[in-house]
Amino acid sequence: MVPALSIRDLNKTYKNGHVALKGISLDVAQGDFFALLGPNGAGKSTTIGIIATLINKTSGQVSIFGHDIETDSAAAKSCLGLVPQEINFNQFEPVVEIVANQAGYYGIARAEAFARAERYLKQLGLWEKRRTMARTLSGGMKRRLMIARALVHEPRLLILDEPTAGVDIEIRRSMWQFLREINAAGTTIILTTHYLEEAESLCRNVAIIDEGELIENTSTRQLLNTLHMETFILDIKNPLERLPELRGHSVRLIDACTLEADISKEQTMNLLFQDLSAHDIKVLSMRNKTNRLEQLFMRLVEGNDNTGIEA
Amino acid sequence: MTPHQKFTAFRTILTKEVLRFARIWLQTVLPPMITTALYFIIFGNLIGPRIGEMDGFVYMDFIVPGLIMMSVITNSYANVVSSFYGSKFQRHIEEMLVAPVPNYVILTGFIGGGVARGLTCGIAVTLVSLFFTSLNVHNFWVMFSMILLTAILFSLAGFINAVYAKSFDDISIIPTFILTPLTYLGGIFYSINMLPEFWQKVSLANPILYMINAFRYGFLGISDIRLAASYAISIAFIALLYGFSILLLRRGYGIRT
Repeated sequence: MVPALSIRDLNKTYKNGHVALKGISLDVAQGDFFALLGPNGAGKSTTIGIIATLINKTSGQVSIFGHDIETDSAAAKSCLGLVPQEINFNQFEPVVEIVANQAGYYGIARAEAFARAERYLKQLGLWEKRRTMARTLSGGMKRRLMIARALVHEPRLLILDEPTAGVDIEIRRSMWQFLREINAAGTTIILTTHYLEEAESLCRNVAIIDEGELIENTSTRQLLNTLHMETFILDIKNPLERLPELRGHSVRLIDACTLEADISKEQTMNLLFQDLSAHDIKVLSMRNKTNRLEQLFMRLVEGNDNTGIEA
Repeated sequence: MTPHQKFTAFRTILTKEVLRFARIWLQTVLPPMITTALYFIIFGNLIGPRIGEMDGFVYMDFIVPGLIMMSVITNSYANVVSSFYGSKFQRHIEEMLVAPVPNYVILTGFIGGGVARGLTCGIAVTLVSLFFTSLNVHNFWVMFSMILLTAILFSLAGFINAVYAKSFDDISIIPTFILTPLTYLGGIFYSINMLPEFWQKVSLANPILYMINAFRYGFLGISDIRLAASYAISIAFIALLYGFSILLLRRGYGIRT
C-alpha cells in the first residue's frame, strides 16, 4: 500500500546558510497516528512547511499518497489538511466564512461548503460562534477553528503542528478525543507537539528530529520498551526521619512523606512494595516522576551514551 | 482541479474580496465620493467658471471623466495592495497556497476584487458628479472598456507592489510618490495641448495620460491621444504586468520561504 507520506533525502538550506534539514527520509503509513518530535529549531516546522509547499525544499522528494508535491502538486494538496503552529486565518472575518472559504479554494461549491462548515464547527464546539469575528475568539477556540478549516475538504492526511499549544487541559483532552475519532474513521494524522504525554497517549509511531537529522523512527511502544529505568514518586502515610536500608532498590527520601524510587526493567514493583512493607512503610499513592516518552526524548536529543536506553 | 472547481475557487476569492471592502465601506467607498465632491466644488464650481472652456467644453464637464478615472485608479490599486499585503502579513495567504488553486486563479481573484472596488468607486463618483453637471456619454463601449482595462491594470500594479512590500510603509510609497503625481499629470485638469511642446512629449511617457484621454473620449468625444494608442498601451501594460505577477507567484516571491 502506498504510504500516506513519503519523504526521501529531504534537505533544506535557508538563504542565510542555515541548514535546517539534512537528508531526512521517512514514511508514514496510511491510517497511522504519527508523532514528529524534536526540540525547538530541530526542523519539524520546516519539514511540515515543505510538505505543505509553503517552504521550497533545497533537494529531495516528498509525496502524499503517491502524488509528488512538485510534479503532481494539485493532487498532493487535495489529500492534505494542515493545522499550522501560528494562527494564520483572517482575524477580521466571521468564523463560518473562514471555514467555508477554505472549502471554496478546493473547488467545493458554496452550499456544500457551508454545510461542511456547519458540520465541523458543530463537532468542534464552535457553531455558536459562527458569526463572530475570528479575532475575538479565545486561544483554544482559534486552535479548534484551524482544525475545522483543515478538515473542511476532508483530507486523507492531516498534519497538526503543535495544535494544543497554550490550550487548557480540558480542551486539550477533548481535542485528543476528536483526533482519535477522525483517525479511527480513516484519516492519517501527523502530529508535532511539545507535550510528550500527548504523543504517548495518541500516537502509534514516532519520529524524532534533532538538528535537522532523523535520530529515531519507530513505534511508540518499541521506543518505550527501550526505556531501561523509570523513576516513581511514592507518597507515604507515616512520616520518616531516615530512610531504612532497602537492599537491591535505589530509593531516596525527598521529604518526610515522599520517596523517589528508580525501578529497572528487570525489577518488579512487588519486590519494592514487599521491602517497604517489611519496614512498615505504607504507600498512599504512586506516580511517574516524568512522562516516559519525555525521559527518552531528553536522552535521545542530549545524545548521552549512558542513557539507560538499550542498544 | 476541474474547470468548474477552478471557477468555484475564483468565485470564492472574488466574493471574499468584495465582502472585505464592502464591510469597511466607510474607509473604501465613501472617501473617494467626498474627495471628488470637493474637487467638483472647488475646481468645477468655484474656479471653473473663471477658467472658461477647455477644448470646447465647460471646465466642469472636462474634468469629470478624469476625476472618475482617478478614483478608479487609486481604488483598484489600493484594494489589491492592501488586501494582498494584509493576507501576507496575517499569513492567511497560506490558506490558498496549501490548496490546489492554480496561481492564475489566485491572481484573477485578487484582480477581480480590485476591479470590483475600482468600478464601485467609479460609479459612486459618477453619481456624485450628477449633482454638479449633466453627463453625456459619447461612446459607452469606449468608456466602459477603458475603465475596465484601467482597473485591471492598476489592480495588477497593486498586486506587484504588495508582493514586494515588506512593511505597511512599502504599500504607501508607490501610491504617494509615483501613482498620485502621474495621475495628476495625466491630464485630469488640463489638455496637454496647453503645454509647451517639450512637456507635451514628456507627458506622452505617462501611461495614465492615454487612459484618461480615451475615457474622456467615451464621455465627450475628444482626446489628446489617438484611441488606438490608448488601447495598445493599456493592453500591453496589462499583458506585461500579468506575466510578471504570474512569475512572482510561481517563484513564491515574498510568500513562500
